[in-house]
Amino acid sequence: MLNASLKTLAAALAARQVSSRELTRTWLERIAALNPRFNAFITVDWEKSLAEADVADARIAAGQGGPLTGVPVAHKDIFCTEGWLTTCGSKMLANFVAPYDAHVIQRFKAAGMPSLGKTNMDEFAMGSSNETSFYGPVRNPWDAARVPGGSSGGAAAAIAARLAPAATGTDTGGSIRQPAAFTGITGLKPTYGICSRYGMIAFASSLDQAGPMARSAEDCALLMNVMAGFDPNDSTSLEREKEDYTRDLEAPLAGLRVGLPKEFFATGLDNDVAAAVQAAVKELQKLGATVVEVTLPNAGLAIPVYYVLAPAEASSNLSRYDGVRYGYRAPEYANLDDMYAKTRAQGFGAEVKRRILIGTYVLSHGYYDAYYLQAQKIRRLIANDFAEAFRACDVILGPTTPGTAFRLGEKTDDPVQMYLNDLYTIPANLAGLPAMSLPCGFDSRGLPIGLQLVGDYFSEARMLNVAHRYQQVTDWHTRQPEGLA
Amino acid sequence: MKWETVIGLEVHVQLSTRSKIFSGASTAYGAPPNTQACAVDIALPGVLPVLNRGAVERAIKFGLAIGATINRVNVFDRKNYFYPDLPKGYQISQLAKPIVENGVLVIDVDGAEKPIRITRAHMEEDAGKSLHEDFHGMTGIDLNRAGTPLLEIVSEPDMRSSAEAVAYARALHTLVTWIGICDGNMQEGSFRVDANVSVRPFGQAEFGTRREIKNLNSFKFLQQAIDYEVRWQIETLEDGGRIEQATVLFDPDRGETRMMRSKEEAHDYRYFPDPDLLPVKLGEDWIEAVRATLPELPAAMQARFVRDYGVSRYDAVILTATRATAEYFEAVARESGQGKLAANWVMGELSAALNRADLGIEASPVTPAQLAQLIARLADGTLSGKLAKQVFEALWAGEGDVDAIIEARGLRQMSDSGALESIIDEVLAANAKSVEEFRAGKEKAFNALVGQVMKASRGRANPQQVNDLLRAKLAAH
Repeated sequence: MLNASLKTLAAALAARQVSSRELTRTWLERIAALNPRFNAFITVDWEKSLAEADVADARIAAGQGGPLTGVPVAHKDIFCTEGWLTTCGSKMLANFVAPYDAHVIQRFKAAGMPSLGKTNMDEFAMGSSNETSFYGPVRNPWDAARVPGGSSGGAAAAIAARLAPAATGTDTGGSIRQPAAFTGITGLKPTYGICSRYGMIAFASSLDQAGPMARSAEDCALLMNVMAGFDPNDSTSLEREKEDYTRDLEAPLAGLRVGLPKEFFATGLDNDVAAAVQAAVKELQKLGATVVEVTLPNAGLAIPVYYVLAPAEASSNLSRYDGVRYGYRAPEYANLDDMYAKTRAQGFGAEVKRRILIGTYVLSHGYYDAYYLQAQKIRRLIANDFAEAFRACDVILGPTTPGTAFRLGEKTDDPVQMYLNDLYTIPANLAGLPAMSLPCGFDSRGLPIGLQLVGDYFSEARMLNVAHRYQQVTDWHTRQPEGLA
Repeated sequence: MKWETVIGLEVHVQLSTRSKIFSGASTAYGAPPNTQACAVDIALPGVLPVLNRGAVERAIKFGLAIGATINRVNVFDRKNYFYPDLPKGYQISQLAKPIVENGVLVIDVDGAEKPIRITRAHMEEDAGKSLHEDFHGMTGIDLNRAGTPLLEIVSEPDMRSSAEAVAYARALHTLVTWIGICDGNMQEGSFRVDANVSVRPFGQAEFGTRREIKNLNSFKFLQQAIDYEVRWQIETLEDGGRIEQATVLFDPDRGETRMMRSKEEAHDYRYFPDPDLLPVKLGEDWIEAVRATLPELPAAMQARFVRDYGVSRYDAVILTATRATAEYFEAVARESGQGKLAANWVMGELSAALNRADLGIEASPVTPAQLAQLIARLADGTLSGKLAKQVFEALWAGEGDVDAIIEARGLRQMSDSGALESIIDEVLAANAKSVEEFRAGKEKAFNALVGQVMKASRGRANPQQVNDLLRAKLAAH
């Protein structure tokens, strides 16, 4: 059951072979047994989870179940969940019980999918290793001395260790795809505006996007059917006709044009990763795809652009954590300014402070034009590069990350090395394009390697189709870490 | 040295939407603290703003009313600063691309028209309120007002005296209430004025250094604050001092302005476009639909009142102080066919009675039709001015129809010259002393005789007729 697909679980539930309570309990027990090793969850609440499972069972019994009713799912602790602690991985919100549900959470509730708990993450989603969490680092189930990636590291580790069949994640610069790559799972960052950001604690508003994390493309497609949809409470949410993301899963790949950007295969790419990606290209060719070389000439500027824009937005988004209305407040202070200073000095971790400082700097009088405006212009150029590339291909393919999972502490003293991990993932966020990561092999140390697909706007169904067909002829996504029985 | 005052105003107009500019919470005034602050208003983690179309519509309406450019694409920015009553740590406002630019409002200066240029008007949200009393050394925060929609209207420095500034503020107040985008309630903060004031030697082209007086919530304070500030600046300069750019507050109790913060303490607001809100794109259809809802504007009505009803420009401005007053006047003028009389009565007797009773003209117990009938009776000689006032009082008391009141009270003016002549004869016979004095050249004595005749007629005699007949009789004697 722990390895069953969402489709199989849903069928077993619908056939009353198993109850949601039994399923939910199974995973809760596994979390209780294994989470101490990986620290993938911040909050687990049996009572709440089982109550939600009972609601799902009642719906199924009443014949009112939907496609995934009763299937439990874990939520990244960035989503506000009514009555649950919602910390965003920060001391600042260590006491914050959300009084409302994020739009995405409402959708999971409406679909009758019980929550298994809240997963660990980098503080305010700022990090690529899950080491910035106030709740301690998450460990990679493939090698506990290594990081699971970030910021959705808890979700990725939970799925890889079979602590949850699926999870929600968010992706601002690679936070779904990079941990998916590091832990051998599948994750999708949809087109910006497909999933509502309402109730998803903001890091960088123009880049943040929620998406599914699971073991296969098919599971991700089913989760997209739940998560995606217009929300009038999010002004950047896109009003589109409802889609069935599973509709094209089985379509043949004959005639598919796969674009390989030469910039994604340049120096700095690990040999094992390069080889695995090239092997995946060959598999796709066998399935009928043709390969074209494309170019993204400005992709190399993605990291500096991102590290202007994301901190700029973050510096403003995080201003609300001031100790006045909720969250952490310093216990002692001399006056108002002192309360602000101490609250924020004590409540935020080092990486969050670093980004607030960068963001405040680039928005300051006299620097705005040189940094923020310039970065916005380059952002437009990067989007134009993709538009040009998609004239020649249907999907862009490359590695998700330059290397595989690194050791805990290996990059914590060198933020720039840490940032370079997101070299291949950030461009899709800047352009607002859908992108996903799926397993395509292992390196010589036995660590998973991620293959990235970037599609044109709203081409999620096609990307899932490509990934699904690939997963039909490969078994990388079914491998699991040893010793977790 | 002779000094010239230069004033520009920034006015915060609260837009009359029922819900807030970015949330569904109510904007009603006076609720218990924090009962009208929803998740968005208190800036919980994860919440997002959604723009209220009603606020945009009102901003468009204002732009059209001042003949301004309506920017078809306008953008919300974040203005970042920390303050306890600013829940997000930033205010959503419009900096680089406001919705309205380059309009004009014409004011009346000593009966002459003066155009005041309006640089821009932009939408923004209000902050909450910090309560410094009753909390024993702590500060209370009320976020009911947080997120209330405002239109900040910024003028060019086109005003040259406190009187002009007040005339502009009044004209703006008239306009925004006239077109129904603001309730105009200054006590409740619906119309707040910041004045940028500087002085320069007459003839100098460059502006002096300005100081901004914040948050004036009455026209009286606006005038007092500017007058004080101008005097202070001139004295400072004449004493050899310099004016530093600063923000000041007006203390109405002491009649003084005092420093709030200097330029050095000014914030760096780190404005940038709010990524949670898309640029506001305005279709022509929408703008035209809003245009169709615009009533005739005060300026157009003033010109028409001068042309059609023969009132002075000065009176036309007063008669258009509010839309209700203008509509009342026009109804009276049209029905009575007596524009000037209608103006005098609306601005005189009616206005005074309304003031005494503390009533708005909408609630006037005397209807326009009644006042028009009264004026018609005055014009046709049925009533004298004095009698008309008695009829007005009866109308005010709810005694009904004008003609019925005249009949019931016997207030009809005497038009029978025979009856009047006999009264005059009686008066002359009874007041031989006054007649003597008049003959001796005392004009005052004549007035006394007129008074006696009026009294004997119980006020019903036509004063002009009394005059004429009396003079004729005295001459004949």
